[in-house]
Amino acid sequence: MSRKVTRRKFMAGTAAGVALTTLKFPAPAIAQGAPFKLGLLTVKTGPLAQGGIQMEQGVLTWLKEHDNEMAGRKVEFFSADTGGKPAGTKTKAQELIERDKVDVILGPLAAFELLAITDYIREHKTPTLSLAGADDLTQRSPNPYFLRPSATSSQAMQPMGHYAATEMGLKKAITIDYDFAFGYEQQGGFQAAFEKDGGCVANKLWAPLGTPDYTPYLAQMADCDVLCQGFAGSGPLAFMKQYANYGLKHQVVTGETGGDDALLHAFGDEAVGMISCCPYTLDLKTDGNQHFVKAIMKDFNVVPGFYAAGLYVNCDVVEGGLKGAGGSTEDKEKFMAALKAVKLPDSPRGPISFDHLGNIVGNFYVRRCEKMANAPYGLKLWNKTIKTYENVSQFWTWPEKEFLSHPVYSRNYPPLKKC
Amino acid sequence: MTFWLLLTINSITFGGLLFLLAAGFSLIFGLMRIPNLTHGSLFMLGAYFGATFVGGLLGTVFNFWLAALMAAVLVAAFGALIERLLLRRLPGQPLAQVLVTLGISFIVADFCLMVWGGDPIAVATPESLIGIVRYGTLAFPLYRIAVIGIAAVVAAGLWLLLDRTRLGAMIRAGVDDPDMARVVGIRVSQLFTVVFSLGAGIAAFAGVIGGPILSVYPGLDQYMLPLALVVVILGGSGSLVGSIVGSLVIGFIYNFGQALLPELAYFVLFLPMLLVLLLRPQGLFGRFVP
Amino acid sequence: MIARIIALAAGFVALVTLPYWMHGEYYINVSSQILFSAIFALGLNIIAGYGGLVSLGHAGLLGIAAYSTGYMLQAGFGHTLAILAALVIGVASMAVYAVLALRATGIGFIMITLALGEIIWGLAYRWISITNGDNGINLHGRPEPFGFAIESARNFYYVTLVVFLVSFAAVTVFVRSPLGAALMGTRDQPRRMNALGYHVWAIRFWACMFSGLLTAISGILFVYYTQFISPQALDLTASAEVLLMVISGGAGTLFGPIVGAALVVVVKSVVSGFLERWNMLLGFIFVAIVILMPEGLVPGSARLWRLAWRRLTAPGKAAVPEGKP
Repeated sequence: MSRKVTRRKFMAGTAAGVALTTLKFPAPAIAQGAPFKLGLLTVKTGPLAQGGIQMEQGVLTWLKEHDNEMAGRKVEFFSADTGGKPAGTKTKAQELIERDKVDVILGPLAAFELLAITDYIREHKTPTLSLAGADDLTQRSPNPYFLRPSATSSQAMQPMGHYAATEMGLKKAITIDYDFAFGYEQQGGFQAAFEKDGGCVANKLWAPLGTPDYTPYLAQMADCDVLCQGFAGSGPLAFMKQYANYGLKHQVVTGETGGDDALLHAFGDEAVGMISCCPYTLDLKTDGNQHFVKAIMKDFNVVPGFYAAGLYVNCDVVEGGLKGAGGSTEDKEKFMAALKAVKLPDSPRGPISFDHLGNIVGNFYVRRCEKMANAPYGLKLWNKTIKTYENVSQFWTWPEKEFLSHPVYSRNYPPLKKC
Repeated sequence: MTFWLLLTINSITFGGLLFLLAAGFSLIFGLMRIPNLTHGSLFMLGAYFGATFVGGLLGTVFNFWLAALMAAVLVAAFGALIERLLLRRLPGQPLAQVLVTLGISFIVADFCLMVWGGDPIAVATPESLIGIVRYGTLAFPLYRIAVIGIAAVVAAGLWLLLDRTRLGAMIRAGVDDPDMARVVGIRVSQLFTVVFSLGAGIAAFAGVIGGPILSVYPGLDQYMLPLALVVVILGGSGSLVGSIVGSLVIGFIYNFGQALLPELAYFVLFLPMLLVLLLRPQGLFGRFVP
Repeated sequence: MIARIIALAAGFVALVTLPYWMHGEYYINVSSQILFSAIFALGLNIIAGYGGLVSLGHAGLLGIAAYSTGYMLQAGFGHTLAILAALVIGVASMAVYAVLALRATGIGFIMITLALGEIIWGLAYRWISITNGDNGINLHGRPEPFGFAIESARNFYYVTLVVFLVSFAAVTVFVRSPLGAALMGTRDQPRRMNALGYHVWAIRFWACMFSGLLTAISGILFVYYTQFISPQALDLTASAEVLLMVISGGAGTLFGPIVGAALVVVVKSVVSGFLERWNMLLGFIFVAIVILMPEGLVPGSARLWRLAWRRLTAPGKAAVPEGKP
């Protein structure tokens, strides 16, 4: 269980330290000494709370590690609970932008939340860094004030499809996911890449959000080499358990939410052998990651996963952008350009940079879940990296123009072929 | 062939779990005419308690069945408190009952989030029931089959209670005609407390029994409550047979509906519920029109 | 009596001058939210409070109006047509909803409306060609009634206030009218009303239609405020929330739903900024209301006020013991 954070606003800082460090930057006098206001839109109540709580932990860990300063400026942190509803997200975004006058927004968590405020943040020119996967926000309807240092919904599943077809030699797949946009985009990415390399998706199953028992779908899992699931939240746990209970033995592959390292402590034997492709992996042995993991274990006693790491990286990016803009956010376009220009060689998820649409280009890790007797952090299972794909963009290996000429991944796109 | 057989068996097992979930609600609604909108949260609370006991509390790992009973007792006590302190003040005031039961469900849901955090928790299947039953190409988890047995035992127990004990007779009298029951000297308000805590206890027990299948996670209450409502409406409130039949019917619709009509999966349960309500508002076996 | 008039006048003045004394655009926006949520609650109150018909699917109806607006705008029609379409479709949907739901009363009505609400929610997810699924529909811009631009928080607030005042006046007229009285009669004594020759079903149906109109209006304001509609706005928790607004404020009263709407919106939007466990707080508030003022905040406060007033104006008078001559 994690230590709970009850404070919401931070007003820390050492005045002397700030005064000293601000001398480094050729910023206008107004910006010096003025606190940098960081806003977070997260979900702390309801079914989405799992990811939301971890998002906040990621940010708080970063702030603690950096003495509450970004690029030498004191940070005022505002955390807002949207309740997981788009109307709430809009209200809280208004609270952060209109009342608290934040310079940057981190979050929100869900794609539909982000879509609710995309016009609003563009209007107010507030740079927003979100984990929400909605593909088109950096593809066919890009928002110039949106930056995504995590991944599009399909970005991790595309290398997964490629790996499954080429390195694992799998030919016939069945996919299952939740019946909503995030699910469609994940499985669309998997299917497109899997079929590009010679595989074939025989069937795509869609379970309604919140379904407690997956048996109606497990019953349809006949005759395939591989099952690709893309559940999020509590879904991967319940699904894998039920899957194993029915004695199903197909190889399971999954993406960033299904293979989230934060679930390792809850999984049992049913997850052993599952292959996942994720933008973040706990076992990355770089300084950047080890430092992050140690810090969050110390502060919250939780094994981090995709959500916490994602927000930690977001904070790194914001600091990079702030430094690049000379410590000032007065000129919003300049700040946004500086954010997009950020290149981090050693973030917790490895080296990252951004493409011209504001989406990440970085490493994606293919890992296998294995039983490990003396795994770190008291775990019994471990996701071991077996392949690293470098410089993966949201378009995978397709040329950008070709990719964008196709419609966005949806329930019926790519269409099913006969296998 | 495997497909049909597997779904048929699961319809019965899922129906069994639904019966455990809905039986309490049906009792409470049947006797007290209170739509207990806290029921989903009580299910979830019981599941969390069970998960904690099974996983080990203060160094002691409890036996699965003991954990289920302990959770049931704890939540039953909580239910008794709710009834005595809050619901007792509100006879015949459906709006206030809705307000208080929803308010309590908010409190319980947030309490669970506060104590157990946002991560899902797996509940280990009891040792003796781990395993898979095979028949040809069909493979079915032993534990799920056991759930049928558990539901049958509970159903039998409830039937004995209702049909063969004095308490049961009083409950049935209260369901059929509360006013006459009072006139005849049955202490209906004490009965209410007993029934409410019994209903809550069964719900918590159901939560623990469902744990190895469904796991426990925030939001579980919001998914299970509509299921309980659908079962009770379809089967008819206040009737044990109604709960059993309703659970089985919903079990079948849930499994076959989602498998064969994926386009309608989001409301495959509510369409039949609507039909039953429109054509026969008291449900299939209901003893009264709600 | 005088006190009531003064209170009402003060309230009216406060509302009209709100942007001047409420600091910050954010709080003006919250006030707009309270107002259109109040219209929604007033609409539900017509049938739930005055009619005794508790609907657990009303968010679905709000959603239909909101989606109609969004869809029409996206299809290229102007704001006027979009709003008209939303009103017509909203009320028409309510007609279908009412015909189905009014086959039962009491708990049966609640369950039918719950089923209908869930079905509408499921349709919002699945009928992607119209609703765009959970990606939702984004609106661009707001209408300009009589050339008055309402993009700003202040101006939107004023339009919402006008709509609210008109709706509230309409509700007051309805409640004080013979139809309103008949409705309350069908709530309290349906059989007697029937015996007296009133067409109970028709009375309830027309009350539902009025409720549907108010709900549609609220839906249109909601979607123009949020500039976005997605299935989350229609789910069971949303229906439960508006019902809680009505009950906590005082079902079957004029001001109850308004107070209830203010309570829920303030806790959700403002208090949630200070208190992480705001959901639990809301639950405790509801429980407290049930213990202290089960009839609702407005009638309960009025009752407590009268008690206090009596104690203050007649001090020292002991309660007359019963049975003594």
